Amino acid sequence: MHFIVDVINSLFNPVTYFFGSLIGFVAMIHYREKWTEPQLALKILGGVVVALILAMFNDHFRDISTKSDNVPIFIMVFGVGFFTWLSFRQAVVNDRRLAQGQPPVEKETSDKKVYVWPDLVYVEFIATIVAGIALLVWSLCLHAPLEESATQAWTPNPSKAPWYFLGLQEMLVYYDPWLAGVVFPSLIVVGLMAIPYIDKNPKGAGYYTFNERKFAILPFMFGFLVLWVSLIFLGTFLRGPGWNFFGPFEEWDLHKVVVLNNVNLSEYFWVKLLGFLGIGLPHNPIIRELPGSLLIGAYLIALPPWLTKKSAFLMGLLERMGVARYAVLIFLAFSMAALPIKMLLRWSIHLKYIVAIPEVFFNI
Amino acid sequence: MLEGLKKKIDEMMANKPSPEAVKNAIAEGQIWKSIFRHGYPDTPRNRIMAVLSNVFLHLHPVKVRHSGVKMSYTWCMGGLSFFLFLNLTVTGVLLMFYYRPTAEYAYYDIVALREHVPLGIMRELHRWGAHAMVIAVWLHMFRVFMTGSYKPPREFNWVIGVVLLLLTLLLSFTGYLLPWDQLAMWAITVGTNMARATPFLGYEGPGASMLQVGGVKLVTGGSDIHFALLGGHFVSEATLLRFYVLHCVFIPIVAATLMAIHFWRVRKDGGISGPL
Ligand code: HEM
Repeated sequence: MHFIVDVINSLFNPVTYFFGSLIGFVAMIHYREKWTEPQLALKILGGVVVALILAMFNDHFRDISTKSDNVPIFIMVFGVGFFTWLSFRQAVVNDRRLAQGQPPVEKETSDKKVYVWPDLVYVEFIATIVAGIALLVWSLCLHAPLEESATQAWTPNPSKAPWYFLGLQEMLVYYDPWLAGVVFPSLIVVGLMAIPYIDKNPKGAGYYTFNERKFAILPFMFGFLVLWVSLIFLGTFLRGPGWNFFGPFEEWDLHKVVVLNNVNLSEYFWVKLLGFLGIGLPHNPIIRELPGSLLIGAYLIALPPWLTKKSAFLMGLLERMGVARYAVLIFLAFSMAALPIKMLLRWSIHLKYIVAIPEVFFNI
Repeated sequence: MLEGLKKKIDEMMANKPSPEAVKNAIAEGQIWKSIFRHGYPDTPRNRIMAVLSNVFLHLHPVKVRHSGVKMSYTWCMGGLSFFLFLNLTVTGVLLMFYYRPTAEYAYYDIVALREHVPLGIMRELHRWGAHAMVIAVWLHMFRVFMTGSYKPPREFNWVIGVVLLLLTLLLSFTGYLLPWDQLAMWAITVGTNMARATPFLGYEGPGASMLQVGGVKLVTGGSDIHFALLGGHFVSEATLLRFYVLHCVFIPIVAATLMAIHFWRVRKDGGISGPL
C-alpha cells in the first residue's frame, strides 16, 4: 500500500501534471467518437469514482478534499466533465448526420414553436425546485467554514486565493504579478469578449458540432480545460506550504525546501554564452536586457508575420479574416501560448526571467 | 332565519362543485381578473396574454423554438445562474439583518449566526449558492460557446455575458472577506496583492516610477490603486467596509441591471438560438 502511494506521489510533479493534462486533452479530442458512447463514458465515470473512493482512504487526501470550501471543486470538476461529455456527445451525433447530408438533430424541432406558457415556464419551475432542494440539502449537510478571527499577526501557510482564482495564482510561479495578476486576467476578459468578432465562421450557430468549428473549439477548450480548470485542481490539491508542489497523497511538510536555482536570460547570454569575452553582466540595464527584449520583440512582432508567410493554412486564415481580426487573433493566441512556453523554459533550462529589470519592476 | 341558512348550506354540500367549477369561479372572479387581467392560461389566447401581461414573464417571447426549451440544449444553466442570483439576494438580505461590517463585530456576528440562530443555514445557503453560481455561470458560458450561440446577431449579448461573468467573480471575491476570519483575510490579501503590480497604477508595477512631477513620485504605496482598493496598506477594517459596500450594494445593482439587459437581448436577438 505504502509502495503504491509512494509511486503515485513520485509520478506527480508540475511537468508530468501539465503533460498529462495535455495528453489527456489531445486524446479526448482524438477519440471523441469512442468515449462519447454512453457505455464507455459510464465505465470511465465508474473508474474515476472508484479511484476517488480509494484515494479517500488516504488521510491527507481526505483532509484536503473534505475541507468544506473544496467541495465545490469536486462539483465543478464533475460538472465540467459531464457537460463536456454532453456537448461532445451531441456534437459527434450531429457530425455524423452532417456527414451524411442530414441536418443536425436540433433542426428537427427548431421550426416548431411552442408556447412559453406552459412549455418553458414549467421547465423553469421544475428546474427551480430541483435546484432549490439540492442547495438546501447541501447547506444542511455541510457547514460553511469559519476559522479563527482575522489577524495580521500571523500568515497561514499556504495562503491561497479563493478557488476560482487558483489558476491565476499558479501562473505566479512562472510570471510576475503584473503579468499573472493583471495583464493576463485582463487579456482573458478581452479575449473572451473578442471571440464573436474574431470567429467569422458562419457554420455551427445554434447546434452542437465539432467538425464544422474545430478551430474555434480547440483553443477555447484548451484554455478552459488545460489552462483553467486543471490548474485550479492543481492549485487546490497539489500546492502546499510555500506554494511548493506535493503529490496527491504527500503530507504537506511546512519545512520542505525546494532549491530554486533559476537563472535569468541575461546571465545565460552575458556570462555563460559570452563568458569567454570576460565582460560579465553589463551595468546598464538596457544593454543587459537587450537579448531578452529582442527575443520578446521577435516573438510578438517578427514571428507572427514569418509564420504566416510560411504556412498556407495561416495565409488562408489571414485572407478570410482580414488584417485587423487576424492580428488580434494572433496576439491573443501568442499571449495564451506564453504560459506553456514559460513553463517549458522553466522546466528545461531553469529560466527565471527573459527580461529582468527589477529596478522598475519590469520582469517577464 | 337560521333554518334558511342551514338549508342553504345543506344544499351546497349536497351538490359539491367540481374542481373545474371552482377553478373557473376563481379565474373568472374580480380579484383574479384584476391581478392577471386574463383567464386561466389554458387557451392559446390566454397563454399569450399570460406572457404579455406579466412584467416578469414578458422577458420571454410568447413562443419559443421547441429545440430551445430542451434541457439537453441549454442545460438550464443561464436560468440556474439567475435562480442562484435571486437566492443570493434573498439570503444576503437576511444576513445583512445580523451582520455588522466592523472589525469589532463582523467575526462574532458570523459566529452568532451559527450558534444562536436555530437551524440557521442562511450562511450556508448564501455561501454554497455563491460557489454554485460561479460554476453555473462557467457552464452557461461553455454551453453558449459549444452551440455557437455567440454568432450574429448575438455577439453583443456574449460581451454582456463576459461582463456578468466578471461581476459574478467579483461578487464572490468581495463576499469572501466578510466573515473576517483567517481564511477570508488571507485569501483577499493574496488576491489584492496583485493590484500593487498594476502597470503605472500600482507602486510595484512597471512604469509607476516614471510618473513623477519634479522628482516627486505620484504613485506611492499610499496613493496607488492597491491603497485605493483596500483603503490602507493592508487588509484592514477600512477594506472590510469597502468590500461590504461593493458586495451588498454596488456590484449587485450593476449585475442586476446587466442581467435585465442580457435577458432582454436574448429575446430581441430572436430568442434562444437554433439552426437556421
Ligand atoms: C450572471 C450571469 C448570467 C446569467 C444570469 C445569464 C442568463 C442567461 C439566460 C437565462 C439565458 C437564456 C438561455 C439559457 O438559459 O441558456 C442566457 C442566454 C445567453 N447568455 Fe447568459 N447569463 C449569464 C452569463 C453569461 C455569460 C458569462 C455569457 C458568455 C460569456 C453569456 C452569454 C449568453 C448568450 C450569448 C446567450 C444567448 C444564447 C442563445 O441564444 O442560445 N451569458 N443567459
